[in-house]
Amino acid sequence: MAASMALPARAAYPEKPVRMIIAFAPGGESDIGARQQQIVFRRLFGQEMVIESKAGAGGALAWSTLNTYPGDGYTVMGTNLPHIVLQPLEGNVQYKTEDITNVHFYQYTPDAIIVRAESPLKTYADLVKASKEGQDRVTFAGSGTNSANHVAHTRLNRLMGTKTTYVPFKGTGDLVSSVLGGHVTAAMSYNTLALTQKGKMRMLAVASEKRLAAFPDVPTFKELGGDWVDGAYRGVGVPKSTPEDLRKRISDIFSEINRDPEFRQKMADGGFELIDVTYDKMPAFMAERTKAYLEIARMMGLAK
Amino acid sequence: MELLANLQLGFGVALAGTNILYCFVGVLLGTLIGVLPGIGPVATIAMLLPATFVLPPVSALIMLAGIYYGASYGGSTTAILVNLPGEVSSVVTCLDGYQMARNGHAGKALAIAAIGSFFAGTVATLLVAAFAPPLAELALKFGPADYFSLMVLGLIAAVVLAHGSLIKAVAMIVLGLLVGLIGTDVNSGVARYSFGLPELIDGVGIGPIAMGIFGFGEIIRNLEHGQKRDVFVKKVTGLMPTWQDLRISALPIVRGTTLGSALGILPGGGPILGSFSAYTLEKKLSKDPSRFGKGAIEGVAAPESANNAAAQTSFIPLLTLGIPSNPVMALMIGAMIIHGIQPGPQIMTAKPDLFWGMIASMWVGNLLLVVLNLPMIGMWVKLLTLEYRFLYPAILIFCCIGVYSINNTWMDVILAAGFGFIGYLFGKLDCEAAPLLLGFVLGPMMEENLRRALLLSRGDPAVFVTRPISATLLVLAVLLLIIVAAPAVRKKREETFVEEE
Repeated sequence: MAASMALPARAAYPEKPVRMIIAFAPGGESDIGARQQQIVFRRLFGQEMVIESKAGAGGALAWSTLNTYPGDGYTVMGTNLPHIVLQPLEGNVQYKTEDITNVHFYQYTPDAIIVRAESPLKTYADLVKASKEGQDRVTFAGSGTNSANHVAHTRLNRLMGTKTTYVPFKGTGDLVSSVLGGHVTAAMSYNTLALTQKGKMRMLAVASEKRLAAFPDVPTFKELGGDWVDGAYRGVGVPKSTPEDLRKRISDIFSEINRDPEFRQKMADGGFELIDVTYDKMPAFMAERTKAYLEIARMMGLAK
Repeated sequence: MELLANLQLGFGVALAGTNILYCFVGVLLGTLIGVLPGIGPVATIAMLLPATFVLPPVSALIMLAGIYYGASYGGSTTAILVNLPGEVSSVVTCLDGYQMARNGHAGKALAIAAIGSFFAGTVATLLVAAFAPPLAELALKFGPADYFSLMVLGLIAAVVLAHGSLIKAVAMIVLGLLVGLIGTDVNSGVARYSFGLPELIDGVGIGPIAMGIFGFGEIIRNLEHGQKRDVFVKKVTGLMPTWQDLRISALPIVRGTTLGSALGILPGGGPILGSFSAYTLEKKLSKDPSRFGKGAIEGVAAPESANNAAAQTSFIPLLTLGIPSNPVMALMIGAMIIHGIQPGPQIMTAKPDLFWGMIASMWVGNLLLVVLNLPMIGMWVKLLTLEYRFLYPAILIFCCIGVYSINNTWMDVILAAGFGFIGYLFGKLDCEAAPLLLGFVLGPMMEENLRRALLLSRGDPAVFVTRPISATLLVLAVLLLIIVAAPAVRKKREETFVEEE
């Protein structure tokens, strides 16, 4: 009986506009990604996907309210890894990682080491050499403390066997000018920065599975001997009360958007690497990611 | 002559039928949201972004840019008429603009703001066209240590802003610094003074503070003696500035434009630093500084020119380096990416029509703004004759909507109400609120850059005096400090600066 009541409603989803809450400021990468999906969503499913930005506390402000929304599928929220694992560890936020019901991860921007064009460091090997000689004089600009970039920097130090210095920044503007002006050695950021600054900045290594199409000459950390495929993952979460079949349906919808050729092209141009972690693969994916983040968090003194 | 060819290309794009229309739509919308207190360009551009998907990228960006500088233009209208800074950069305009309105010179103040802004916009557009790349390179020379010293200079200059007692001005700056401490510490990630409230983890926004202290506070003050208000409506004289007014304002406009253009290039706080340093400079240069804060026309002309110049030149880091110098610019980068344009250094060569078209459209937009605003001055001034019981509830409602729309959180509205009460108390105690706001804006940037500079120098404070830019700025700061604090000068300062009332 439950099935007969639920099914007709589900088949028709979405019947009205879907509200997508983005936990970051408009113009950021999460917002840009969602706005590209918005166009395809309207075309494929005939409904609006309304983007509402609720930025604050590095995303925590929105995520801590996720379960207060009705679980009818018409309010969904963008979720980000490693943020939703790291923030609860740090202890300033009012949600736990388990409170977030992720139904799909659709893209990521891989971690990347980036230097300015004038930098004497031409390769990753140059960087390792300079880091071993200079140690804490070698500085890496990154966004935020105990953040994705901070984790990546800790991982880089472990990989290189060095103690370089991490310099946290609040906004992208300051960070980019510090790198371009040569005030820091390099940036611990994402491939997207190298893409926007093409010609002015150079990427030394990237944490993707394979070499990136836009940067065929830049080696991956895997090639360089590190077990490092990571970055900022973006996906969608729903309130806990959302029924199973609806969760699956939303995951399918975002898979379908990911298959759209025009969308794929636009995302590739923007430096977003598409992935498809569907709802059924979620538990395994989250377990694997969480384990990796916890290991680094322990090195940073964040977790026991 | 390459510049001329480029400008020709640019004007060709900007004056094309549809583009000039979108430019007009942009500046009109911008003026409207600028006039409505609180509803800022970030929220507006974010809301309108999906609507631009159907437009060609050049038209879309021209319109969005129009919203931005149109808003900074409209912001001065409310600052002058009702003491509400539409944007942070128009805080300084409140000081003398509102006093001019109280003296019955609202029309003059609005007109001089428009004329100054247009002049500044024209000069800054030419600057962007001619020197964008080398200027951007220059801005990159500023490291964390240099920024720190710039902020120190800024804070000391903030003392001069106040026209009351020196102690009170310093106290207000320090209070501003303290409020600025609220929120997450960048280096350790610890939340300071947030009392466990998730809404305070990012600190208090400038919107609630500015709205509260200036807007709400002023409304409470006015309600206290409702009858007196008739005075300032009835003696509205001459809508347009006289020849004499223009002559007095000419040099302040030029100086404001210069300062604003220079500071706008630096990422972070350009228009704010520009507008109040222009005000400070005029007050220092004036033969009779006691007129400032009581409706001096230079006190409107200079900062309005400066903030408009800075709004234009802040496009330099965006267009040449892909660096967003403020949240609106960050949003513009997002808009470019969505339209399939990769922002950054290559944009000038890869998309010359877009680059030069946007630059030319800024001048066109500024012209449209003057044409749009000068005839509207009469209408704005009429607004002041509206009955109190209609005008102020309306302002309060718009303020609440505006404050809420910044972050979509009710917490900001509560904060604005709280700061409104504080602002009322400040009025009672004769404490100027502008230094507080500057302390609040500059303090966190100063701390961030201080700690970053020390992190980079591995704890060696010598970096502040060994870097030439930083050393120069610190020397200037010390000189300014001597002028302000030296006993002999201070005596004179008190003679001239303390109000007689």
